[in-house]
Amino acid sequence: MFVAVMLVLVTVGTVLFHLFSPWWFTPIASNWTLMDTTIDITFWVTGAVFVAVLLFTAYCAVKYKYDANRRSEYEPENKKLEIWLVTLTSLGVVVMLAPGLIAWNDFVTVPKNAAQVEVLAKQWSWAYRFPGADGVFGKTGVKLINDDNPFGVDPKDPKGQDDILVDDSEMHLPLGKPVNLNFRSTDVLHNFFVPQFRAKMDIIPGTVTNYWFTPTRTGTFDALCFELCGTGHYDMRGTVVIEKEDAFKAWLAEQPTFAKSMAKVGKAAEKGFAQLDSGLAEPDNKNSKRVN
Amino acid sequence: MAYVAPAEAEVEEVELYHAKSFLTKYVFSQDAKVIAIQYSSVAIAIGLVGLVLSSLMRLQLGFPESFSFIEPSDYYQFITMHGMIMVVYLLTALFLGGFGNYLIPLMVGARDMVFPYVNMMSFWIYLLAVMILIASFFVEGGPTGAGWTLYPPQAILEGTPGSGGGIILMLVSLVFFIIGFTMGGLNYVVTVLQGRARGMTLMRMPLTIWGIFTATVLALLAFPALFVGGLMLLLDKVLQTSFFMPTILSLGEQLEYGGGSPILFQHLFWFFGHPEVYIVALPAFGIVSDLISVHARRHIFGYRMMVWALVGIGGISFIVWAHHMYVSGMNPWFGFFFATTTLIIAIPTALKVYNWVLTLWKGNIRFTIPMLFALGFIVTFVNGGITGLFLGNVAIDVPLSDTMFVVAHFHMVMGVSPLLVIFGAIYHWFPLMSGRMLNDTLGKVHFWVTFLGAYLIFLPMHYLGFLGVPRRYFEMGETNFIPASAQDLNAFITIVTVIVGAAQVLFFYNLFTSMKSGEVAEKNPWKAASLEWQTAEQPPGHGNFGAELPVVYRWAYAYGVPGAKDDFVPQNMHPDEVGEPGAHEASEE
Repeated sequence: MFVAVMLVLVTVGTVLFHLFSPWWFTPIASNWTLMDTTIDITFWVTGAVFVAVLLFTAYCAVKYKYDANRRSEYEPENKKLEIWLVTLTSLGVVVMLAPGLIAWNDFVTVPKNAAQVEVLAKQWSWAYRFPGADGVFGKTGVKLINDDNPFGVDPKDPKGQDDILVDDSEMHLPLGKPVNLNFRSTDVLHNFFVPQFRAKMDIIPGTVTNYWFTPTRTGTFDALCFELCGTGHYDMRGTVVIEKEDAFKAWLAEQPTFAKSMAKVGKAAEKGFAQLDSGLAEPDNKNSKRVN
Repeated sequence: MAYVAPAEAEVEEVELYHAKSFLTKYVFSQDAKVIAIQYSSVAIAIGLVGLVLSSLMRLQLGFPESFSFIEPSDYYQFITMHGMIMVVYLLTALFLGGFGNYLIPLMVGARDMVFPYVNMMSFWIYLLAVMILIASFFVEGGPTGAGWTLYPPQAILEGTPGSGGGIILMLVSLVFFIIGFTMGGLNYVVTVLQGRARGMTLMRMPLTIWGIFTATVLALLAFPALFVGGLMLLLDKVLQTSFFMPTILSLGEQLEYGGGSPILFQHLFWFFGHPEVYIVALPAFGIVSDLISVHARRHIFGYRMMVWALVGIGGISFIVWAHHMYVSGMNPWFGFFFATTTLIIAIPTALKVYNWVLTLWKGNIRFTIPMLFALGFIVTFVNGGITGLFLGNVAIDVPLSDTMFVVAHFHMVMGVSPLLVIFGAIYHWFPLMSGRMLNDTLGKVHFWVTFLGAYLIFLPMHYLGFLGVPRRYFEMGETNFIPASAQDLNAFITIVTVIVGAAQVLFFYNLFTSMKSGEVAEKNPWKAASLEWQTAEQPPGHGNFGAELPVVYRWAYAYGVPGAKDDFVPQNMHPDEVGEPGAHEASEE
């Protein structure tokens, strides 16, 4: 009896904890409500199974307690029952999987009108790049990165001259506009996650990853690195400010373009270009010439 | 009475290796039972190191201001070594090297493993791997702090603690572990396939053996991926090859690497890593089936389905690995495939849960300590299994991956659940191994504190994950979305962790005192039907079965057979002795 009571207490306690937990999802601030809905559906389906299995176990613990004068019932198989259980379980799986796959399909299909923004990760800070007036990013290379050119933008690429560089952990984005974040890392794996936006993707050196979302409310949000990236991982924080389009444009206008930031560096950069040429010959992601 | 006599033995018995000295009997032993104890002792000893590491990391998480001696680099080393130790050096070694060695020959009716010498080598190489692992704590820079997944590039770059000698020793240790395991693993597989007693058909084997056998096959196929991945990473580290290293900076410095793929390592790692989950889970599934059946005095419900579910889960587990990589940056279209396979694997798994519960149904349940642990397992496994359906469903994984939800999930499902089974198994088979019973009262206290405590640790932890609390954070610091109460919850979890950790002292006290002065166990104290309890002596001696090997007439679950004289019929009981006419036929299933 004690065991059965404990089983019931654990079951009821779990359900009550779930219902009254003060710790729950942050209020969503993006378009990914289908992710939240899928989680709700999954809770209903799996919660029902959890409660049913444990209460049935508790029932058995009371009803079929040991009695030396009794024997257990000998019925090694019950095909009908097993087929029923498999069918019901499969149905539950379909109910959970379908909305999940639909949400994933939306997640990996970037809308054509999404604005492009680059997030640059390095141990242990964030920086951001906007494509500028021409709407196209300039080419980049890891070998081009140095103190004067922290983004590694190719100085010879005309498309890169108007790129807007934000060498700061804070980024602004306009409200209600779909945005595609392109991720680049100069060193190790990272991950850019704002809990309220729900979207998440690892950032891999040598390649560009991405995700898209539409901010649905204004505010200042914390962005955290979500892939272990070394000793400073826990301290790799950024900020995303979602604001009305006017405010966003005003903020963007204050940020320097690549051409401007290189001009500041002035003559020193001229010298640098010569050595950069060699670096250009080896883009990030091609097979190494040497077996090495 | 009519029955089909099992066929004559196909091969004659091979003479066993007989130890001549203390050294060859107890140290360099070729007896699987001794090797099992050696494997288990080393695994549990290193597991205690893992337990201490987890307490240290919890102290930091629960009270981030109070333990100034824990630096961020220490914290990352604690979590890395805790994870690697628990998954590989404790759970894998204990289930396969420990329980596998002890139970396979006894339960299939063999005198020993088929290759006893290789079996011995397996243990010593495992011990060497553990020594190398321990050595990594003492090299300059300490052990690796790259996370147990050892993802490059960071695992071998300077920004990560232990990126010098630490990571090298870690990888070398893994390579040795795999070599040692392969020797043992081949042995287990061949013994199950070739060493069974007369009449022991595959479909009469206890589910414990099916679980260990399937897990071993998985391990033999999965570990090579880790082996090559580890070797390639070692080459990247030591010889500056670029298997996993693209053109890259490290803390602002240009490095010589170029052209490699970090994500390739993740594929190799998880091609091993996902089956690894089942390498730990399947033996637990098998053992818990037997615990439930024996102590509920009822045959396992749907034995055939249980076997096929084990084999099916094992098979599918090789095509679900990338569900660990939904947000890794791999081609996003993989998500559809891997989400589907992952949720499909839930079906045979759910079926196993149903059949455990249906075994209790209409049973005659004795609430012994092993049964309590089995019931605890059902709770934690159902809980941890359903949270797997969240993480396996690709779109839900996006907000939850790398949060504390993941930590809570895998601890519940492949930490707490298998450990509860291990405890249950030790309470169950201790009388066989030692000839004495463990203390019941201590056992009950140990169970309730461990089970309820572990549940209290990991259930609320999921909710930190919903909130967005990341895993692998030295401290939460300031954010505008995590309320102060989350820190209180962290402190609570830490306190419970320390209590549960301390409660294990009870278990070890019980183990050591009972070994010497526990109540002497009567022969086959649980009245179990499987072969390991039908040996000539208890504990079984050299050669396991005395003069004559057993002949098997039925499955291992003949409990409550109508017409039989007892409520169980041992697998090797001669059909004429079972009871009323027809009882034997019924017991054959």
